[in-house]
Amino acid sequence: MNDTAINTKDNNTDTTQDLVTSGSRSWAKLKRNKAALVGGLFLLIYIGCAFGAPLLFKGNPSAPDLFNSLRPPCAEHWLGTDELGRSILGRILYGARISLMIAVGVVGVGLLIGVPVGLISGYYGGKTDFVIQRFTDMFLAFPGFLLALALVAILGVGLKNTVISIGISMIPLYVRLVRGCVLTVREEVYVEAARASGTKDHYIIIRHILPNVLAPITVHTSLSMGTAILFAAGLGFLGIGVQPPTPEWGSMLGSARAYMMGTPHVATFPGVAIFFAVLSFNLLGDGLRDAFDPRSKI
Amino acid sequence: MINFLLKRLLSIIPVLLGISLLLFFMLRMLPGDPAQVLAGQMASPEDIEMIRTQLGLDQPVYIQYAAFLKRLVHLDLGRSARTQNPVTQEIWARLPNTILLALCAITLACAFGIPAGIIAAVRPYSWVDYLVTLASLIGISMPVFWLGIMMMILFSMTLNWLPAGGIGTWKHLIMPSFTLAAFVVAFIARMTRSSMLEVLSQDYVTTARSKGLQENLIIVKHALKNALIPIITVVGLQFGMLLGGAVLTETVFAWPGIGRLIVDSILARDYAMIQGTILIFGLLYTLINLLVDLIYAFVDPRIRYE
Repeated sequence: MNDTAINTKDNNTDTTQDLVTSGSRSWAKLKRNKAALVGGLFLLIYIGCAFGAPLLFKGNPSAPDLFNSLRPPCAEHWLGTDELGRSILGRILYGARISLMIAVGVVGVGLLIGVPVGLISGYYGGKTDFVIQRFTDMFLAFPGFLLALALVAILGVGLKNTVISIGISMIPLYVRLVRGCVLTVREEVYVEAARASGTKDHYIIIRHILPNVLAPITVHTSLSMGTAILFAAGLGFLGIGVQPPTPEWGSMLGSARAYMMGTPHVATFPGVAIFFAVLSFNLLGDGLRDAFDPRSKI
Repeated sequence: MINFLLKRLLSIIPVLLGISLLLFFMLRMLPGDPAQVLAGQMASPEDIEMIRTQLGLDQPVYIQYAAFLKRLVHLDLGRSARTQNPVTQEIWARLPNTILLALCAITLACAFGIPAGIIAAVRPYSWVDYLVTLASLIGISMPVFWLGIMMMILFSMTLNWLPAGGIGTWKHLIMPSFTLAAFVVAFIARMTRSSMLEVLSQDYVTTARSKGLQENLIIVKHALKNALIPIITVVGLQFGMLLGGAVLTETVFAWPGIGRLIVDSILARDYAMIQGTILIFGLLYTLINLLVDLIYAFVDPRIRYE
């Protein structure tokens, strides 16, 4: 009895130590990956804009100033003004807050629901797995953006519903990813040993399985944040996402369409902002994937 | 083969049932009376009452679902609250436009993506490879509707080469197809590159090289043929993604397809139409996945579906 207890304990320290060394190895690889560094830098600038918006731009980004509408870029308004005379720079800076909020909220929904469900589906298998997977199939019968669109049609427009709709559309992918990883980890000897020594299921899942599926979850989360920003911008552009006057990049582009003939700058800059925000998450995600992959040399 | 075909056809039935369940509960999740919602804001009390009896809303849920399925099988999706026309008729009128646009886009995406991926894989870590990688990253990160707007500003407003929107001549098709293709070309190029890289390191490629075969022949006949399966998978998946992108592209270019119909219906709260368009998208996506599976069997004779 005592022996088993000691063995399990040893096993745990081993796993933790392995994780620490593989973690620092991945971190070293990530630091050497130039693309990931560029992504990280963009991401820092983006988060800086989101948090520092009130410092970087004085005034209300949603307050109209009709005497200054549709001004091209000038010294006073670096990126020009929109149809209501609002500074585009100010709206883009405050828009960074909105998009970051959406990205975090969306992956929050995906992680909080998708990961536990995926863990349970993969670990228990059998009927539980079958039911969960058929349910997932149902959601995967639609391309992601369309699923979000359908959910918005039910829930209605606005920031909160945008986050919920896109978040739900991300859940099935998390479930599939986590389940797939659990299926391989479940067969490892250390899981079998833990089970044989009578460790409780929930303890095995949290202590032994979850740490080993964290890497793919991290990569997927980084890429998903980029997708979430793109989806939210798409919904905003269609007029069924975040509603004006909230400075959301997609809805800025949506309203700019009517004025792009004479003043193309109105439609240009919000798109550039979306592009760099998504690019930063994609670069970082790709870098993380390489860093976690034991086969990659970089 | 026929056996496999039948089995695969039967396997889409649960998926279709899933889609129908989702659609069925969609309307029930809305606050308020589904009959009122389906009939629209302007409907008279008699209309609402008629819809209520038609839908059997006074019956138990499972009977309602059975009736809903029966109507689906008969392709009766109700009438649009906005135009008063049958939903199927409206969808039917626009479906060919969306399919035409999607087919043009996927053809363009393959025509650019597959060669780009092959070139990158043949010279890994060269400047061509980095260029392809960079271009795909840009493609993946760019909002498709913004690219559409930028193309419109350049090609129709500044240069006056192409019509800004609408449908009619082949010229109207150019910008929407390129915009939509940009959305997926990156994924196809990436997958082609990694799949080709894997195949090119196989022993039989080395053997072919040591036999003195021409490099072009090795790449096309030996490598590409074996690298095709993952490429086809990704093309199939991306074709589904195209349907999502079509919603945005059709809105930018005022292209009269299903994508725009769904947005207009959501804005007008025309729920019968929303239900119908979502059903069609689900159906199309399922059929594409089926088609991809069938193509596998043709491309790779090693795949035997027993």
